[in-house]
Amino acid sequence: MTGTDWPLWEVFVRSRRGLSHTHAGSLHAPDAEMALRNARDLYTRRGEGVSIWVVPSTAITASSPDEKDPFFEPSADKPYRHPTFYDIPEGVQHL
Amino acid sequence: MTAALALGDDALVLSHRLGEWAGHAPVLEEEVALANIALDLLGQARVLLSLEGDEDELAYLREERAFRNVQLVEQPNGDFAHTIARQLYFSSYQELLYGQLASEGRSAFAPVAAKAVKEVAYHRDHAEHWTLRLGDGTPESNERMQRALDSLWRYTGELFEPVEALPVDWTALRDGWLTTVTDVVARATLTLPGGPQVGAWTAGAGRQGIHTEPFGRMLAEMQHLHRSHPGATW
Amino acid sequence: MTTTAPEAGALEAVFDAAVAADERIEPRDWMPDAYRAGLVRQIAQHAHSEIIGMQPEANWITRAPSLRRKAILMAKVQDEAGHGLYLYSAAETLGTSREEMLDKLHSGRQRYSSIFNYPTLTWADVGAIGWLVDGAAITNQVPLCRCSYGPYARAMIRVCKEESFHQRQGYELLLALSRGTEAQHAMAQDAVDRWWWPSLMMFGPPDDESAHSAQSMAWKIKRHSNDELRQRFVDICVPQARSLGLTLPDPDLRWNEERGHHDFGPIDWDEFHEVLRGNGPCNDQRLAQRRRAHKEGAWVREAAAAYAARHGEASA
Repeated sequence: MTGTDWPLWEVFVRSRRGLSHTHAGSLHAPDAEMALRNARDLYTRRGEGVSIWVVPSTAITASSPDEKDPFFEPSADKPYRHPTFYDIPEGVQHL
Repeated sequence: MTAALALGDDALVLSHRLGEWAGHAPVLEEEVALANIALDLLGQARVLLSLEGDEDELAYLREERAFRNVQLVEQPNGDFAHTIARQLYFSSYQELLYGQLASEGRSAFAPVAAKAVKEVAYHRDHAEHWTLRLGDGTPESNERMQRALDSLWRYTGELFEPVEALPVDWTALRDGWLTTVTDVVARATLTLPGGPQVGAWTAGAGRQGIHTEPFGRMLAEMQHLHRSHPGATW
Repeated sequence: MTTTAPEAGALEAVFDAAVAADERIEPRDWMPDAYRAGLVRQIAQHAHSEIIGMQPEANWITRAPSLRRKAILMAKVQDEAGHGLYLYSAAETLGTSREEMLDKLHSGRQRYSSIFNYPTLTWADVGAIGWLVDGAAITNQVPLCRCSYGPYARAMIRVCKEESFHQRQGYELLLALSRGTEAQHAMAQDAVDRWWWPSLMMFGPPDDESAHSAQSMAWKIKRHSNDELRQRFVDICVPQARSLGLTLPDPDLRWNEERGHHDFGPIDWDEFHEVLRGNGPCNDQRLAQRRRAHKEGAWVREAAAAYAARHGEASA
């Protein structure tokens, strides 16, 4: 990073109360306070949000695509975790 | 002078000046930020001028001497530090002014002030954050920011000249403004300018329709197209 | 992690299968070097176009003839800055930095759309840009919302959603002029006369001469050919021009029953290539302003970085 190249931040916006923050995009800012303000100006120009998180991009640890199989495949063969796995006699309600 | 013209012209003229930054800002994020502020102010100007008459007739067909904005808002953008200093001085004033107007329920300005005070609080926050970063940034930015504060100081006295029919405690406004600005300037490792806050010319200033030289040129640019097609609709 | 040759082959097969299945490629997935380079080139050019594209319209912000028009134009130019930011972010996920892309723009090593090398001479040009230039851009961009690269597709969805007002405001502006005074009508017609052909050039060279098209189509970075999109645009514009009460400056323009499309006259590709080469009316001016803004802003960016370095613990 050169002296003028501001770090990258990831922006998460809560679009309305009751929903979780979702990733909106990223932006550059010299520090967290300015990142919040830039995010407000850039990602909520049309009233898209009620709350914003900013996180330095470098602070995110991501699962690697190469680890896709060990990470996510084991959960694909546990259908008993899903309600549709179970047969319930017709007519039984509130279950 | 009516109060709607004074406040409306302030907002219109500053919005125009900020609009001149489009395509010239120091970093893309600031293109977006400055345009947001300009759009808020233009929105305020349209509501305020409409209290007085037709917004376009007032904006485009008045002569320079009929404009009632303070001289501070018509000052050219200069470098980014000048723009931020102008923003700091003016948005601190506007926030306190609208705050008072919003709480005075009987005033015709209460509804517009109640909406605008939130917008202006954000403008002040933006100016404060940049004042801190420029003041306490590099030696060059510190020097530029100090120069900007100094050169615009002489236009700040006019802000507290009572505007007829506005239910405002002007002494409290002035005190509150000075406290806010003094605090920000000190935290930014800058010095509050000394010297007079008004010019020595007794003819008056913006509120009396006496403006500075750059204003006539600004209006010429703003009005020429509209005036070239009398009676046309756009 | 080192990638040995057989492994690379396997990775490429995974990539090809994902593209074939219309799945999105994400930043950390393996991708062919040429796919990455092609995307960087295209997204950067797209971002640069948004930023340079602010200039011809910003030229009229201070002269907008009504406060309503002034607000609309400011909001539109601001959106363009915002779109540039979305797109630079999308390109950055491919491992290039905005600083690097701006350097390449400023030194002429990356391009922006040639259309912005034409001047805005009258207020009606703001309308013509909205209707024709944004119209052509939208025709180009809507298919990109399904582009194979996830971050680009997502940025384009946001851009397209926000741009829907851009074209409409341009059309409405021209309509007001066309139905206005004689002088206003003439101003609108003059703008359409000047912007029509350059707008058609925005779709790029004819398919048989387009350098990057075939590979881009195969990788689903591009979804339709240049000529296909150009034809679609012409077909859309003809009835719109009629409703405006303005004519399109092409004597060969007529409906072809057999093709089910409008035929149109030959495009002056010499002009296109000349403007691309730097000989357009505003190439120097646009780039010079961009360089100047960047250079004059350096002390501001440095100040903020210095402040952040000093106060990092307090603010992070």
